[in-house]
Amino acid sequence: MKNCEDISKGLIAYLDDRTNPAERRDVEDHLAGCPACRTRAEEFRALWKVMEEVPAVEPSFGFDARVRQRVAAEPSRSWFGWFAPQARFALSAALLVALTVWVAKLPSSHPQMPAPAPAAVAASSDQDFDAVKDLGVLEDYDVVTNMDALSQLVPAKAPETQRSDSKQTESND
Amino acid sequence: MARSDVQLMLDVKAGDEASFDFLLQKYRSPLVNFLNRMVRDTATAEDLAQEVFLRVYRARKQYTPSAKFTTWLFRIATNLALNSVRDNRHRRMGISLDAPADGEDSAPMELPARDMRIDEHMIERDRAEIIRRAIWSLPEKQRAAVLLHKYEEMDYEEIAGVLDCSEGALKSLLFRAYESLRVQLAPLVTQPIGQVRGGGGEGRPL
Ligand SMILES: [Zn+2]
Repeated sequence: MKNCEDISKGLIAYLDDRTNPAERRDVEDHLAGCPACRTRAEEFRALWKVMEEVPAVEPSFGFDARVRQRVAAEPSRSWFGWFAPQARFALSAALLVALTVWVAKLPSSHPQMPAPAPAAVAASSDQDFDAVKDLGVLEDYDVVTNMDALSQLVPAKAPETQRSDSKQTESND
Repeated sequence: MARSDVQLMLDVKAGDEASFDFLLQKYRSPLVNFLNRMVRDTATAEDLAQEVFLRVYRARKQYTPSAKFTTWLFRIATNLALNSVRDNRHRRMGISLDAPADGEDSAPMELPARDMRIDEHMIERDRAEIIRRAIWSLPEKQRAAVLLHKYEEMDYEEIAGVLDCSEGALKSLLFRAYESLRVQLAPLVTQPIGQVRGGGGEGRPL
């Protein structure tokens, strides 16, 4: 018979009713002979019920308006947004070079900083947010497009944190 | 027939603003609640939820339906929450250098729940606050796993996708999290609210 440690992973799935018949039998066999795990299982069920006492909160009145406002402030809604990101980046670089040359040629008596390229402006529009302050423009895109950023933040616990194959399958909705 | 989230997102990609609004209406509440329980601050939670929507909008042109929409959405949210919590901790540690850093799987921070006297006058609000605090005391990854499992009712495959771990690792994570909650919330777990209210002394003595 499996011991308490062996059964621990299966216990949650058992209580969720998401086990295959073999796992189910393993857990049931263990519970039949182990009063401690039986109590634990009962208390897990009670705990889940207790956790439902925490009420849900509603977003504040101005929440939607604030999201729409921030979306509307996105510079990519202008003509500049028609370009693909790679093209946008190339264009930004080209503009930066052009601006730098132009500024350098100005007959100004005091040196001026070159104006930031539009992509840099886009990235800095939300600089009040701690979460983005360390991310550059391109990394920022990576976070949302590649979904790999989390693995850098959460220290992987080898060997169990390898991606499951099932994760790669496509699914709709 | 209702459009799937993936279809809505593809419509956003094609320039349909109304579809973005539809996704906003659908997920504003789940996201704010998830983030509120992650960072335990309503204002920060709302800021982060807005940031999630903004990032979804920004990424629309690059969007490809390679995963469930909600996996992607909650991954962005979890990512932002972890950053926020860690930034916050660094700020706190700046003030108090000897404050212990709670690692991913370190023992939960000391909790009032175990010492707290729970009597018949304890009202629902107090219980909810004790539960919130217990959840908040979990290491961040365990906390996210519990919130996605218990409150967002995601299946293991999806939570594992959000947290970037295997399903086996996730089940261990959930077991450890619920085991510490069971211990911390023992007075509540063994004394359901109905018994407290009834006042018949049915609950197990403390
Ligand atoms: Zn046992």
